[in-house]
Amino acid sequence: MKITNDIVEKHGLNLEEFSKIKKILKRDPNLLELGIFSAMWNEHCSYKSSRIHLKKLPTKGKQVIQGPGENAGVIDIGDDDAIIFKIESHNHPSYIEPYQGAATGVGGILRDVFTMGARPIALLNSIHFGEPKHPKTKSLLNGVVSGIGGYGNCIGIPTVAGETKFDETYNENILVNAMAVGHAKKNKIFYSKAKGLNKSVVYVGSKTGRDGIHGASMASAEFDENSEEKKPTVQVGDPFTEKLLMEACLELMKDNSIISIQDMGAAGLTSSSVEMASKGSLGIELDLEKVPCREENMTPYEMMLSESQERMLIILEDGKEKAAKKIFDKWDLDFVIIGKTTDTNNLTLKYNNKIEGEIPIDALASKAPIYDRKWIRKKPQKNKVNIKELKKIKIEDALVKILSNPNHSNKSWITSQYDQMVMCDTAQKSGSDAAIIRIHNKDKAIAVSVDSSANYCKSFPLTGGKQIVCENWRNLISVGAKPLAITNCLNFGNPENKEIMGEFAECLEGIKEACEFLDYPVVSGNVSFYNGTNKKNISPTPVIGGVGLIKKLSKPIGHNFKYDNSILLIIGKTFGHLEQSVFLKEIYSINEGMPPEINLHNEKNNGECLLKLINKNLILSSHDISTGGLIVSLAEMSIGSNIGAKIHKPKKLTNSINYFFGEDQARYLIEVKNENLSKVYKILRENNVFYENIGITQSDFFEIENELKISVKNLYKINNEWYNKY
Amino acid sequence: MKSSVIVFPGSNCDRDIAVALEKMQFKNKMVWHKETSLPKSDLIVIPGGFSYGDYLRSGAIAGKSLIIDEVIKAANSGCLVLGICNGFQILTETGLLKGTLLRNKNLKFINKNVNIKVINNDTKFSNKFKKDEILKINIAHNEGNYFTDKNHLEELNKENLVAFKYCDEKGNINEEANPNGSLENIAGIFSQRKNILGMMPHPERMVDEIISNRDGINLFSSLLN
Repeated sequence: MKITNDIVEKHGLNLEEFSKIKKILKRDPNLLELGIFSAMWNEHCSYKSSRIHLKKLPTKGKQVIQGPGENAGVIDIGDDDAIIFKIESHNHPSYIEPYQGAATGVGGILRDVFTMGARPIALLNSIHFGEPKHPKTKSLLNGVVSGIGGYGNCIGIPTVAGETKFDETYNENILVNAMAVGHAKKNKIFYSKAKGLNKSVVYVGSKTGRDGIHGASMASAEFDENSEEKKPTVQVGDPFTEKLLMEACLELMKDNSIISIQDMGAAGLTSSSVEMASKGSLGIELDLEKVPCREENMTPYEMMLSESQERMLIILEDGKEKAAKKIFDKWDLDFVIIGKTTDTNNLTLKYNNKIEGEIPIDALASKAPIYDRKWIRKKPQKNKVNIKELKKIKIEDALVKILSNPNHSNKSWITSQYDQMVMCDTAQKSGSDAAIIRIHNKDKAIAVSVDSSANYCKSFPLTGGKQIVCENWRNLISVGAKPLAITNCLNFGNPENKEIMGEFAECLEGIKEACEFLDYPVVSGNVSFYNGTNKKNISPTPVIGGVGLIKKLSKPIGHNFKYDNSILLIIGKTFGHLEQSVFLKEIYSINEGMPPEINLHNEKNNGECLLKLINKNLILSSHDISTGGLIVSLAEMSIGSNIGAKIHKPKKLTNSINYFFGEDQARYLIEVKNENLSKVYKILRENNVFYENIGITQSDFFEIENELKISVKNLYKINNEWYNKY
Repeated sequence: MKSSVIVFPGSNCDRDIAVALEKMQFKNKMVWHKETSLPKSDLIVIPGGFSYGDYLRSGAIAGKSLIIDEVIKAANSGCLVLGICNGFQILTETGLLKGTLLRNKNLKFINKNVNIKVINNDTKFSNKFKKDEILKINIAHNEGNYFTDKNHLEELNKENLVAFKYCDEKGNINEEANPNGSLENIAGIFSQRKNILGMMPHPERMVDEIISNRDGINLFSSLLN
């Protein structure tokens, strides 16, 4: 079969890339080889547009055991314990087939984590949908939520935290990002680097079918009106098989049989075998007739590019094959030696002893194309919004409107579809700033949170990038955890557009700056470009997943008020920054202006001081102040506890709207017992932290002096209606 | 007291129940579904999860597995058997308990803490509870909507075979307090001889104050009593 330009383009490669392939091979590739190049050189697998920017991120620290480049990142949480975690996107498949797209997103990220020797202990997700009124939104929401639940509930790993947002920018391109967190022993971590010649390459797990062929290429292209036709490229998940695969792998990992292990994720058998060989500077030879197939007459091309789920590739130590097979037999899973490592530095593909394809490994991995795409900086927006010039609105009306919108409504309609308790170590479920998961059989725990702020990133990416890192950091601090490291999922539009590439570059600059300052390194992540349809790109939506450590777990304080008559303080200074706030967007549909500025020094200082107060047991409840400002955070503390509050009129800012709805950063709300107040003041002063006493808690009513009085029951009702009515 | 936890492929609350049993000083053993004999046990537990991926029908395939014959034999000779969640579904599939568990009324998976009321506290499983005591216990299921025929329902009520019913915080048994559509708010039932208990709520999730509460403790201490 002659490879025409048309075939090349259908594989998502351009002609320049095609001539590069011919140069490497010193001949024309056949269809199988072209398919393999296409799978490895697409954006999703090669990171060709993002790599030069990703390199700038801080990835080291004394808490880091393994940074980016492996299946997932690994951090040290003391003793012999390590936490392994990563976030990944499954946006395109989820838009086409929401249930399976979301489910396999969860399945894929779980494999990344248990491949490295960790037992997964928590799942998180960040899901973004179009406007509720868009005709597709409701079925996408239903499908994605049941897909996430369907997979996590069945495999028996708690889904403990997440965020769900609705915005017009995602009307034609939703985001589904899934994060998995696992626990391993420090001396039992498994990597993908192959070692040694003539070692058995073993295929384990499900059989290979025709599903998902070229899924990674799909994730590297924009959508158009024909996207629906791509349904056959969406993989189908089977959490039951994954559960068996996970248990079998973890059982095999107990002894020393495994040299290297890699899950078959995007680009399936191709990327897993290339990855292992490339890291070990070896060749790999596969006998494709041995690959367990689900369907008849599958060609080498289909086998190499299938993205059937729940499969792994393992390189075993000599003589361990029999014992290993016994384990997989016990779990009724396929276990087949399909090849061996070689010294040729080639990927050699045979079918019934005939060579069907041969490609140098480095051409597929380290020498894949890298682009320094053109990008431009975003100009700061000068517009300031003067609230006095806008039509007046009562604080109460604005608060009701915000609390009843889908982005701020109580999300228990979603979270109750996820098993949050299985494994019995979930000390703090979703709905709080961060979830808390105890390390099994130990006193310590980790806190986890995922966050994004697309509006801030859209209006000024550099600040937006910093803000999401800080927001995530604050969420961990609020529950009493010391933030350790992050994973990121970078969801952007078309990188060939210089403004989009600029959003990417600048968001990353912001992330870098904040991570460096906070000693909060990036240990894993994923880039998803081409989020958009017919040239309309989504707002830049980097998502940060953070992990923090609680050394000694006691009953979590949470963000719900605890008692009547305790004192409420704000940590951090309130300036009343309204541009890019939920208030302006929700009430006046104003999207202009700059996001709130980030002062990294204050972030660090305020956060570390709060952590000190929590560790000294001086805080009854705490909550970070984020979208919606002070009043929304206060309302959330009230709604969750059925305890009200009585807030003074602001002393300094004359305009109450700025004061209550401004989204200034580095702020927290804390509830303190009267008897502890002087101790708390003393510590705050000693650490030069700005604070403000704003009122007290009280029973039944949520009240601001001379402004509003509303019963907590009513607030609860307002906050709990949207999802049940949608 | 000796306990055995049966592990099927797809069971996922097996570790949780084992932790709870050991915490309560049971001498516990895990028993793989391919085994053909049971260790000597005073209590057999069939844990929650998705045995065989819930394929065919929840509990249906597990109900026909090798080890189940042994469980049935032991149960018929009076051994105590506890089935939680998927374990309850499996027990109804084996016929050890009558009735069935349909899909939740709202057709969605439900995970939340609910209130249940102790209906019969005069059994091996419930003697440490007070009658009508209200417990807050976690549920997590797709198919928890208990249904049975009229004759059996009459029998359940007449013979005092209902173990727990869903209720509100004050103990009222009404439709609002029924999370899944179960007949008469039934959350758990006993067999005729009261040596078998099947329940949808997860008592093993409620034995630790830091994680949840201790409302499940008395089920285990009743068994030790």
